Amino acid sequence: MVPGALFLERWHPVIRLLEKWAVDPLLVFAIFAMTLFGVAMIYSAGVVHIPNAVTQDAWIRQAAWFVMALVAFTVLARVPLRWIEWVAVPSYVIGILLLVITLVIGTGAGTAVGVKSWIRMGGFGFQPSEFAKIATILMLARVLSQRKEPLTSLRDLLLPSALVGLPLALVMLQPDLGTALAFGGILFAILFWAGTPVALLLLVASPAVGLVLSFDTRIWSAYVVGVIGFLYLYRYRLFLFESVAVVLANFAAGTISRPLWESLKPYQQNRILVYLDPEVDPRGAGYQVIQSKVAVGSGGLTGQGFTLGAQKRYDFLPEQHTDFIFSVVGEELGFLGTMAVILGFAFILTRLVRMAEQSSDPFAGLVLLGILGAWLVHIFVNIGMTVGVVPITGIPLPFVSYGGTFLLMSWVAVGIAVRVAHER
Amino acid sequence: MNVHHAHERRRRARGAQMVIALILGLLAAAFFRIQVLGSDAWELRATSNRIRQLPLPAPRGIIYDRNGDILVDNVPGYSITLLPGPLDDARETLERLSAYVDLPEARIERVLATLRRYGREVVVDADADFETVSALEERRAEFPGLYLEMRPRRRYLLGEAAGHVLGYVGQITPEELASPAFADDRYRPGMVVGKNGIESQYEQQLQGRQGLRYLEFDARGHIVGDFAGVREDPGEAGQNLVLNLDMELQAWIHSIFPDSMSGAVVALDPTDGGVLALYSAPSYDPNEFVGGISTDLWASLTADENNPLYDRSVLGLYPPASIWKLATAGIALDLGVVTPEEFMAVPCTGSFTFGARSYRCHLAAGHGFNNLAQAIGNSCDIYFYQLGLRITLDEMLRRSTEIGFSQRCGIDLPQESQGIFPAERAFWERRFGYAPREGEVLNLAIGQGPNSQTPLKMAQFYLAIARDGSAPAPALAQGANQGEGWSLDLAPEHLESLREGLRAVTAPGGTAHIRTSLEYWEILGKTGTGEHAESQAGTAPPHAWFAGMAGPFGGPPEIVIAVIVEYGQSGSRVAAPIMSKAADFYLRKKYGIEFDTVQTYLEHVQRGPVPAWYRERYSSNGGTR
Repeated sequence: MVPGALFLERWHPVIRLLEKWAVDPLLVFAIFAMTLFGVAMIYSAGVVHIPNAVTQDAWIRQAAWFVMALVAFTVLARVPLRWIEWVAVPSYVIGILLLVITLVIGTGAGTAVGVKSWIRMGGFGFQPSEFAKIATILMLARVLSQRKEPLTSLRDLLLPSALVGLPLALVMLQPDLGTALAFGGILFAILFWAGTPVALLLLVASPAVGLVLSFDTRIWSAYVVGVIGFLYLYRYRLFLFESVAVVLANFAAGTISRPLWESLKPYQQNRILVYLDPEVDPRGAGYQVIQSKVAVGSGGLTGQGFTLGAQKRYDFLPEQHTDFIFSVVGEELGFLGTMAVILGFAFILTRLVRMAEQSSDPFAGLVLLGILGAWLVHIFVNIGMTVGVVPITGIPLPFVSYGGTFLLMSWVAVGIAVRVAHER
Repeated sequence: MNVHHAHERRRRARGAQMVIALILGLLAAAFFRIQVLGSDAWELRATSNRIRQLPLPAPRGIIYDRNGDILVDNVPGYSITLLPGPLDDARETLERLSAYVDLPEARIERVLATLRRYGREVVVDADADFETVSALEERRAEFPGLYLEMRPRRRYLLGEAAGHVLGYVGQITPEELASPAFADDRYRPGMVVGKNGIESQYEQQLQGRQGLRYLEFDARGHIVGDFAGVREDPGEAGQNLVLNLDMELQAWIHSIFPDSMSGAVVALDPTDGGVLALYSAPSYDPNEFVGGISTDLWASLTADENNPLYDRSVLGLYPPASIWKLATAGIALDLGVVTPEEFMAVPCTGSFTFGARSYRCHLAAGHGFNNLAQAIGNSCDIYFYQLGLRITLDEMLRRSTEIGFSQRCGIDLPQESQGIFPAERAFWERRFGYAPREGEVLNLAIGQGPNSQTPLKMAQFYLAIARDGSAPAPALAQGANQGEGWSLDLAPEHLESLREGLRAVTAPGGTAHIRTSLEYWEILGKTGTGEHAESQAGTAPPHAWFAGMAGPFGGPPEIVIAVIVEYGQSGSRVAAPIMSKAADFYLRKKYGIEFDTVQTYLEHVQRGPVPAWYRERYSSNGGTR
């Protein structure tokens, strides 16, 4: 008998048990590995030349939160799907209430002291927006799962947009742009799974794109002409008033862009300017991007070695155990390391898609896509900003960045995902 | 159409996979571009992010005296440097630093201005003491951007005894940096350069090449340590310099020069014109200048009416007075207007009438008839008045100028005064507004009138008498090519008769006999009493001169010394013993004879009986040999 077979023979019951625990072993063990990797990177981020008690022990706290997250996952993965469906409405209401309360009594934390995104009770604090994200996913999935027909008109999109728009607006008021983007991701992913034509989604997104392009009048004009042309080709699918609304929305976006820009605080303008060229302010707003790119770039193909990154070690990296944890990955593990993590996420995300595809329950599929939308935004924005592909936005990397509430709620999402996907 | 039909789900799932692939593919491409294609540039940037180049000061060359003893060397010193960084942080650091280091507000502003203008490191304190540096080192975290290092510190072992001749060092000024003398690309802001004396004269040789060190910094400007990735460039030490100075002689002269008096002493080596000692009093301690002199000390040095920063030995101009009579005698002999043996027509009766004026001798009783040697020995003014008349004013002006009394000696120092002596009669018209009459030669003949010379120049003149009439330019550095000196162009017998005159000065009965006679050495010299405006007005004593030479009896002179003591009153009483004691010190050392601080005849008899050597020398025949 070959040793491998003997191994399997002996450990077969344990493996069976783990498979049973995970419900969806492929997804859960991939995410489990990703979380362990995150704890390791948080440990490395704390290895600096002047030890700091807070960052030094962050990995231990993260590991403790991980244990709690696993408990939450274990419980949630066994809750009947209909309970989850039932809890959608009350949790959405609670989520909205919490967001409103946060705006009143919320506080900042760490480097983001100016924002109101935390509720603190005693020594314990958590971010209601994390809870609101999951509640919104459930609510949206619940509402849309009632429909069998695709959403084909702008009017069909009104209710779902309003359901997401409310928490999104509340989060924007904190202000927390990163989480707001995640809400946008949730909306688009769920609308997509609910059968909304891609063309319609693009038209809905077109004013936002136009807002970005309006910094140059000629580019914006060409863009609007393009949108109108697209509407003409697409004319048989839309009501006339809808087409007119899209065009008006685009013009409105172009018109408000300048007053909107001027209403931004200088630091917000700076963030956008340094996104276009970090070197305009290398010591100020461009500092984080430049230092992050320097760290990632100096990692090269194989990296400087675990815990050995010099940029990280000498404090050049900003927020290195939270928002810029991926810069540490880039510096210490190199291109091979960053590709491994990106492939890991690719596996997790495609697994979610696969689970949605295989689930015949409309609610389950919509929930899975909502989770996918949120994570995809987090991953793209967080990893993208470390190399300047996306402007700097305070948004953590799922399972890797340090952050207790975020890790817990991400694992809650995993629990819900495997539950809804495997309800037969 | 049921959107949740399996077929529809598969179609949408494919679309979702494409979106995921697209977004993650975009990220992968971005990382490929930065980490694989652009890695080298980013790595360089990461290195320059935290590695900074700092100058590593090279030690200056060591300065030795003629015996190989160290005059100037380097010891470990500590400096506090502020590295470039945000100005607000720098100001905060400096303000906190002022609790440890004397740092007035004005200095803080100056440091910040330099930082702003050049964006490079600024030395805040080039000479911090060890206690300060160790206190700062303990609180390093409070002082981001502060760099503490050891760097060579100049040490002047003779201190005050050789302040002027050696000079001192200081941080290079922006003006110096822009000047052609520092055009060499070794020179960088913040470097220490020679400011005066030998340190300045031989700056190019003494200065080494500054090295480079590489330090690793964190984002807040704290130093992490030396960077191992690049080997530091240690630079090159400056070249050493060997001087002709005799360190112990210089120190001895400093110790015997009367306290609270001003003046200068120059000692030359007759064999090659090497400078054995060059002293100016009052002096200063060059060690005080290292790392920046304190403002208090600088103020007291510059306010001192005795002007201790002024190098009297090469810059001071004094009426040469009677020690000049040798020049008059030399010119007369050269012109053939006198023979050593003959007497002047008019004997000295204490005064001499020329034209409508009466000219006095310093001895009112008069010296009677003198030959040349006697006239020198007695310093008889009446003899020299007549000798001057024989020379004539025009010849006096022409010959003195030819010999070089209105030129510099050419010593290897950055500064030297030029002697003042009229080259032609027009001098009086330019300077005083009248045409000189023949009577001017009387004053010139005894070393008064419009004639001012440096102590160094007079020493060089006596050097020529001690030699064959020629004198090389005095050289401080060994092997320095000082070019041609001057030549008196006198016949050997004429030179001998000049020396005979000098011998009479120190012989029994001569003006300087008791204060110059030594046990082992023969002294030849001339006293001088330099009248100046104040002494003529009766408000201050005249300057005291003594210039002469010494060596073993019967041999050629081995040291030439000129001494001036400002307001010293009497050349024989004040200046002559300095010369004699300095010569005795040098020659005893040279010949390995045990040293004794009781040196001259007078010192001996003040402490006891007439010494045996003196009795022996003069009892039998009363001669001078």
